[in-house]
Amino acid sequence: MRVVGKPGEMARRYYADGADEIIYVDAVASLYERSNIFDVVKEAARDVFIPLTMGGGVRNIDDARLALRSGADKVAINSEAIRHPDFLNEAARAFGSQCIVLSVQARARHGRWEALVDYGRENTGVDVLDWVEEAQARGAGEVLLTSVDREGTAEGFDIDLIAAVREKVRVPLIVGGGCGKVAHAIELMQHVDVDALACGSLFHYGWSSIADLKQHLSSAGIEVRL
Amino acid sequence: MIVVIDYGRGNLFSIEQALRHLGAEYTVSGNPADILGADRLILPGVGAFGDAMATLFRSGLVEPIRRKVAEGTPLLGICLGMQLLFERSEEFGDHAGLALLRGAVAPLPGGTMRIPNVGWRALAPNAANPFLGDADPGTMVYFVHSLVPRPCDPTAIAATIVFNGQDVAIAVAQDNVMGFQFHPEKSGPAGLALLARFLKVPA
Repeated sequence: MRVVGKPGEMARRYYADGADEIIYVDAVASLYERSNIFDVVKEAARDVFIPLTMGGGVRNIDDARLALRSGADKVAINSEAIRHPDFLNEAARAFGSQCIVLSVQARARHGRWEALVDYGRENTGVDVLDWVEEAQARGAGEVLLTSVDREGTAEGFDIDLIAAVREKVRVPLIVGGGCGKVAHAIELMQHVDVDALACGSLFHYGWSSIADLKQHLSSAGIEVRL
Repeated sequence: MIVVIDYGRGNLFSIEQALRHLGAEYTVSGNPADILGADRLILPGVGAFGDAMATLFRSGLVEPIRRKVAEGTPLLGICLGMQLLFERSEEFGDHAGLALLRGAVAPLPGGTMRIPNVGWRALAPNAANPFLGDADPGTMVYFVHSLVPRPCDPTAIAATIVFNGQDVAIAVAQDNVMGFQFHPEKSGPAGLALLARFLKVPA
């Protein structure tokens, strides 16, 4: 793990650079049961006027409510949804499906994809394609799909995984994991009808910028907000 | 003073931050007396139409809002708040609205574009409507919705988007009543600029 910057400052920088949405993920929240990410979101929400999603450590309705009151527009739920799927129904009823993002950490295993919990550390045996379909039926209003195999590798998106999930869900699909250069993003967008790309390392490490990526996507005929 | 009407339906945090960012003086209130004292009203809202109207009635806010609008106070509805401005909605049945604008709220047209409409879309201003008439065509704004109003009076349409091949009204303005189906507080600098237009409407 590496510290790449202060979360509040980075949000303002990415907002100024043209980000369409910011996703905060507290990667270790499930492990250590700490939740200071609420303060981070609150700081960002003061100056950043695009949708904010908060994930990591949303374990109950109170966590979700606090996230939304802190300025998040949506909460991303992974571990708790897999452990207690009824939580998705409950959260969608309480806040509306538009607030509830199913976060899926997928890893290829035994010829299929399995959903992991605790930020990609624990196997569950849950089949990703079955799970996204069930979660949508339970009220998830959006799916944030991350390929654990590709994340941090900069080798490109797992297009097979993404296309398979796209077949299963009609709610917005945001995908991440593996984007190491602009060409990866263009390749994905030309193959699968996803709603948005989530990039971390690509921007955090300065391999590309949001403005640069959008210009290239636009030149490739993909509609983006410039 | 701007009053952001608080009736327990929707996250007001971002709207407050946007108003603060624009240097506006505002207060958040669900008190009829505050609404009657406002010189500008913002009606936000997320959720279901019928439930929102029932809550407005129960809170004694419907008559104060109607009275203020009749007196000429500028009112901006945002998202569900814009839909509430119309006469009725087909969402989960048939529900009466505030009837400040003529028309009904109906589901988005079906087709290959998925519903709910979540994400950024380019708006087309209606040049014949003064509120957004000179806004940049192609300005992208952020949406989360499944229904949209169909104004009876086409001149009340301030801007449209193309959805599944049809033009749908996503901003309205008639006299002192205005509405945005998108979230200006979540649409970046362009969204803030559109919100600022409402703050400049003569009160």
